[in-house]
Amino acid sequence: MTTRPISISSEWDFETLKNYEREIARIAEKFKLDTYPNQIEIINSEQMMDAYASSGMPVNYNHWSFGKHFISIENNYRRGHMGLAYEIVINSNPCITYLMEENSTTMQALVIAHACFGHNSFFKNNYLFKTWTDAGSIIDYLVFTKSFIARCEEQHGVEEVELLLDSCHALMSHGVDRYKRPYPISVEEEGRRQREREEILQQQVNELWKTIPKKMDSDDESRPTRFPSEPQENLLYFVEKNAPLLEPWQREVVRIVRKLAQYLYPQRQTKVMNEGWACFWHFHILHELYSEGLVTDGFMLEFLQHHTNVIYQPPYNSPYFNGINPYTLGFGMMNDLKRICENPTEEDRRWFPDIAGSPWLDTLHFAMRDFKDESFILQFLSPHLIREMKLFAVMDDEKNDFLEVSSIHDENGYQSIRERLAETYNISYQDPNIQVYEVNVRGDRSLTLRHEIQSNRPLEAESANEVLKHLHRLWGFDIHLESVISTGHETVIERRYSCPEILELE
Amino acid sequence: MFLIDRRLGSKQKSMVNRQRFMRRYRKQIRKAVAENLRSRSITDTKAGEKISIPARDLNEPHFFHGKGGKVIHILPGNEKFVSGDRFPRPSLGGGSGSGNASDSGKGMDEFVFEISQQEFLDALFEDMELPNLTKRQLSGSEEFKRVKSGFSSEGTPANISITRSMQAATKRRIALGASKRTELRELEERLSALPVVDGTQEERRELEKAIEQLREQLSHIPFLDDFDIKYHRHTKEPIPHSKAVMFCLMDVSGSMDQATKDLAKRFFILLYLFLSRNYDKTDVVFIRHHTTAKEVDEEEFFYSRETGGTVVSSALELMHTIIDSRYPVNEWNIYGAQASDGDNWPDDSRRSIDFITKLLAQTQYFAYIEITDLGDKPLWQTYTPLQKSHPDIFAMQHIRGPEDIYPVFHELFRKQSA
Repeated sequence: MTTRPISISSEWDFETLKNYEREIARIAEKFKLDTYPNQIEIINSEQMMDAYASSGMPVNYNHWSFGKHFISIENNYRRGHMGLAYEIVINSNPCITYLMEENSTTMQALVIAHACFGHNSFFKNNYLFKTWTDAGSIIDYLVFTKSFIARCEEQHGVEEVELLLDSCHALMSHGVDRYKRPYPISVEEEGRRQREREEILQQQVNELWKTIPKKMDSDDESRPTRFPSEPQENLLYFVEKNAPLLEPWQREVVRIVRKLAQYLYPQRQTKVMNEGWACFWHFHILHELYSEGLVTDGFMLEFLQHHTNVIYQPPYNSPYFNGINPYTLGFGMMNDLKRICENPTEEDRRWFPDIAGSPWLDTLHFAMRDFKDESFILQFLSPHLIREMKLFAVMDDEKNDFLEVSSIHDENGYQSIRERLAETYNISYQDPNIQVYEVNVRGDRSLTLRHEIQSNRPLEAESANEVLKHLHRLWGFDIHLESVISTGHETVIERRYSCPEILELE
Repeated sequence: MFLIDRRLGSKQKSMVNRQRFMRRYRKQIRKAVAENLRSRSITDTKAGEKISIPARDLNEPHFFHGKGGKVIHILPGNEKFVSGDRFPRPSLGGGSGSGNASDSGKGMDEFVFEISQQEFLDALFEDMELPNLTKRQLSGSEEFKRVKSGFSSEGTPANISITRSMQAATKRRIALGASKRTELRELEERLSALPVVDGTQEERRELEKAIEQLREQLSHIPFLDDFDIKYHRHTKEPIPHSKAVMFCLMDVSGSMDQATKDLAKRFFILLYLFLSRNYDKTDVVFIRHHTTAKEVDEEEFFYSRETGGTVVSSALELMHTIIDSRYPVNEWNIYGAQASDGDNWPDDSRRSIDFITKLLAQTQYFAYIEITDLGDKPLWQTYTPLQKSHPDIFAMQHIRGPEDIYPVFHELFRKQSA
């Protein structure tokens, strides 16, 4: 039986897209890819830039920073400095994928396989996304936030809402819970709870800040306790619950920004895996189509051209070098996993006794489901791939005036390279570790943050001072930030930042 | 699977965010706009403008690691190193760079973007207005628009008003058949009143015949007749247009060098842009003069050199003549802008005053700018009394260098608080 290719022209139409989707879905099922239903939307370049500018969200509230991003994206695009992505995919149920109208037929097929099945199945099955995001309600929540913020603007003025959002955005990277699990919420529920919350929240705050003196006799057993009793990592959450002067609507805005940060948080932690997974599947699915005779030779050539562009890793000394390409690393690791399962070498058996020789499809699904970038690399980066990418480690210690190659891709270096690389994908290593340390509840109400210095890396001072100003706006009273080095039993304060700034006395 | 074509929907979704951005950086944008005036052609109102703002102002701060401490970078593509190799730290981050996140603010000193002509002008003239708008004339002799003006019984089929036509037809049918229907009703009553017996048979037959006839006649009244048909009527109405003409007067005598002319040019550009925002149509008349005045085009006005003495009244006289011949005072808003280094032929001041007084009666506004470093020159002294006699119409200002132009302009057209 001879099969006819799905398309032979590079101009696509809706019928073709449907056919591709159907065939790809069939193959994806064969490989046990479990996805949300797909919603594919065709958009033009302007809409794509728009989606870019508002951090990929299909609906978002209005803010000048999105305008700024749009302008700079538009500039770069017009001048040819950058191409736009071929797609944007949203972690929602149904899973929304935006395809650019300019894409050729091949590109559309590639993108359908990549996003609608690759990313989609990742969103649905990876533990981080399952834990932290609720794909079913995100669109509803975005609609709610947009209208809520618009209403605030009507009531309190655009300017005021804008300043508040600025301040929240500055703290966004420190507005996520890393360990506690949020609960999924439906839409109407959200609106109802919001009103309830306003009242209750305010009461709690009042409770905390009330100035009526306590009975003296209880003083003995409860010596002035610290507030908060334990350090808090989620600055926005802390502000939302405890800032003394915020109005209820302001607390809700803080909450909205916090929620969005939380929603985006898993994406930051799974960049390598997510792209690797998606690349792996578009690569395999399209090859499957080819071997079934459903696509032409020309299709494959065009596809491979794009594919290799995407996963190209410029070497460290290339002018195009811009860090490790997550597509390369992710795709390399996924492929390597398959290889280890199918054709393990002696070395692989030594390094990966559990998975060498196991059924590859199950192993890959397991790897996709239960890891994030950091742990994925720590677990699965093989010596083989380290050699292939010629990875090496350069130590940059400010105490020395030279750089030192600390390890390269040899027997002695594999382990440390793997650990170091995993660490760079650890968000709590990337971002400075800053937590709420203490509030002077009975005194000047000042808020003290602590930055635990890791590897002697200081904060970027100028930006840190700016962020403190924003925090000051939210908190309403003095803010202090201490950079500290903790050794086992003592804590040394290395540097202090304050807002308003305190003139240091010599 | 759902496949949705979104391409047609929601264009310019980001417009609001763009406006927010523009509003937030109003100050910087205005500054950049004022600087950009340098290089514009006076009548070039099509192009937008490139604006650059120091990127530092736009940064969105967040906590991140600064330089320093101990960091180990993992890099791909090793070709020559073995562990333990040492080399000096590259000065500019070089190969190793900070491959980490959070260097978003770096690498670009200026945030450059384009704004449209509209946005450019909005920024430029944000808090200015035209003085003396009372005489702002409306005239309409060039363009017309069609407006609906009731109905007529003549017209083209395309303009048939169905409602009106049907109303007319119904009216006509009612009017034509009214008497007959009354008669018919009466006959029917009489018929039904007659007992059905033999004696009345004759009478009944007649009545039935008459009813039959009336019905026949009524059914002949046409449902729709030619003269029922009504048409929408349209008439042409002139579109009101506000028109302004701007006279640029400049001294091109030997004492005016290119730098001075450039200053004048920038002032004229501003004025032109400002007027064309306020009026639908703006004409510009260039008059240059030394001892005699001449109407010229823009190119010649700004760039050709002449030498000779200076007789200001010649230009004023020419302006007067042009107004009389081409720009009737009741149709046009007339603005005058004169730039000079302040020199004038001493004997000319009398004549100048005469003409300018005449002109002030005709113009909305007349601005004189004197471009000079030295104090008050002869022409300044000549014009000084006018500030008192025509405070609303006449204004004069000194300009020393390029940095004065925008403030002076701003001063001249500042929004007067009510």
